[in-house]
Amino acid sequence: MFFNFMDELRAAGISASLKEHLVLLEALEKDVIRRSPEEFYYLSRATFVKDEGLLDRFDQVFSKVFKGIETSYGTQEEDIPLDWLKAVAEKYLSEEEMEKINSLGSWDEIMQTLKERLEEQQKRHEGGSKWIGTGGTSPYGNSGYNPEGVRIGGEGGQKKAIKVWDKREFQNLDNSKLLGTRNIKVALRRLRKFAREGAADELDINRTIDGTAKQGWLDIHMRPERHNAVKLLLFLDVGGSMDPFIKLCEELFSAATTEFKNLEFFYFHNCPYEGLWKDNRRRFSERTNTWDVLHKYGHDYKLIFVGDASMSPYEITHPGGSVEHFNEEAGVTWMHRLTNTYPAAAWLNPVPEKQWGYSQSVKIIRELMNDRMYPLTVDGLSDAMKELTRKQG
Amino acid sequence: MRFDGTEDYVATDDLKVAVNAAMTLRRPLLVKGEPGTGKTVLAYEIAKAMGTPLIEWNVKSTTKAHQGLYEYDAVARLRDGQLGDERVHDISNYIRKGKLWEAFTAPELPVLLIDEIDKADIEFPNDLLQELDRMEFHVYETKETIKAVERPIVIITSNNEKELPDAFLRRCFFHYIKFPDRETMQEIINVHFPDIQGILVKKAMDIFYDVRDVPGLKKKPSTSELLDWLKLILNEDMPLEVLQSKDSSKAIPPLHGALLKNEQDVMLFERLAFMAKREAR
Repeated sequence: MFFNFMDELRAAGISASLKEHLVLLEALEKDVIRRSPEEFYYLSRATFVKDEGLLDRFDQVFSKVFKGIETSYGTQEEDIPLDWLKAVAEKYLSEEEMEKINSLGSWDEIMQTLKERLEEQQKRHEGGSKWIGTGGTSPYGNSGYNPEGVRIGGEGGQKKAIKVWDKREFQNLDNSKLLGTRNIKVALRRLRKFAREGAADELDINRTIDGTAKQGWLDIHMRPERHNAVKLLLFLDVGGSMDPFIKLCEELFSAATTEFKNLEFFYFHNCPYEGLWKDNRRRFSERTNTWDVLHKYGHDYKLIFVGDASMSPYEITHPGGSVEHFNEEAGVTWMHRLTNTYPAAAWLNPVPEKQWGYSQSVKIIRELMNDRMYPLTVDGLSDAMKELTRKQG
Repeated sequence: MRFDGTEDYVATDDLKVAVNAAMTLRRPLLVKGEPGTGKTVLAYEIAKAMGTPLIEWNVKSTTKAHQGLYEYDAVARLRDGQLGDERVHDISNYIRKGKLWEAFTAPELPVLLIDEIDKADIEFPNDLLQELDRMEFHVYETKETIKAVERPIVIITSNNEKELPDAFLRRCFFHYIKFPDRETMQEIINVHFPDIQGILVKKAMDIFYDVRDVPGLKKKPSTSELLDWLKLILNEDMPLEVLQSKDSSKAIPPLHGALLKNEQDVMLFERLAFMAKREAR
């Protein structure tokens, strides 16, 4: 029973196992739920999903697997032609907002924003004017569930018009959400590696008791305090195309400085060359020679680049390619030196992963980093941290 | 045994199913959700509805898993040994029972609340795997095995500060308390303030959801804050007109201290008020 369901869940990246499956069957056997599709949905959700980020995905799978099994509720999910929606978008989003969203990215995001708008609208006029079709008489017909299309679920008077799982209320909780400082800190914590170093200034109670019991007199043992012993080098891209991501980078930076004691940071522009700097206002007067950095900080430092890697390919591949000065050696050479010196390295890219394919320089950098480029999202960051903690062989 | 919410607690359908599943199969229920949506209160209410005692284990960053089982007080024994106390010969005098032990051996079936499990060290949930799965553990000092007479109902809350290990999650039911919609919120308010004027609630909720919609708030007010705020309004006997005045120059809601917990958020509101005033001119 429900094997198909489990396969689909696994295919969707929800790690359902036999254990959960058995639990579900056991619960059904013990009549935990009354026999209604909603309760079955709730039960299977509580059994299989263990992370609110996956709730939306679960809703989609559930809808796909059990579509058609339960038919007594008429769905009222209108599929609306794109051009019609565009007109609505223009009506409800100001020009600046459209600009902003366009610059941010895809049509999907515009639609997402629009959808939020529409929901807001409905909330405010509860029970008032419905302005996307009226209860089931939409000219666009119903076509049920469609993950790609933009759906606007009109409530149409009857409360049960939309199936609970088709509402997809948990959409905003998906893991690809952007970061806040708190999330960043949590992700960075993966890097923690505790070690006892330095002066012995903490009373080691267990050893003191052991010692005292053995010797017969008070035998005090001290030990150094536990510290996070991870050493981190942070290279941040500043200026130019990075400007839209300043806030994100600031958050990452502030989270990193509070999380790590051994943190060194340097700035670069587009691609690291022979000079780096620590104070952006005096970037031309107070440069640090990259060689000095390579010599000063040992191999055990972990290197994190933060940059959009969007530039002209020449800035990486050719000597003299830099937009700011004449670099005698190409960016490639410097990238090789850095990654060779620091085997544990990762590149965090604030640009959404979907758009990486469009830029040649991103591809080049990605190759140079041996594919260790991660988007600056919760998931991306924790993947990067996982990579950095991996034993370097 | 079924849980259907209580007079003081409005449970949504999905929450009821999750709680009932956890109670019937006696597996832990892991509850997550925005702060202030009633995660901890849920355990209190289940205990109340079932008429069973509640055993609370509040987890802190320094809490170790074995503290929930038992602790061996070696220092006390050492002291007694030097003073020549008779008790020293029986090691069980120095075993302090933890919350899990308490729950396993309680005469009545209890509800065990493990609150904010994510506050503890990353390894903490892993150390409790066997104990929560089989509901038994071994005491090495006295060489006895403590086994639950009847598996207790276990509610675990988490604020998502740390990810929980997969093996641990597999053993739990999971429920995410999402922020209540207007209807549920109305029910919740009715439960807490049965004789509040309907129109007052409506206005207050308009303001509340408007506040939640303001972009850029550091901490959005949640259910518990709305309830506090209503209590304040009732206490102050605030006239309805104050809430009703749709005067845009008063963007800051009255008694905002209960809703906004962050000075930057208050600033944001003051700025909005200032801008609204300027526009009105």
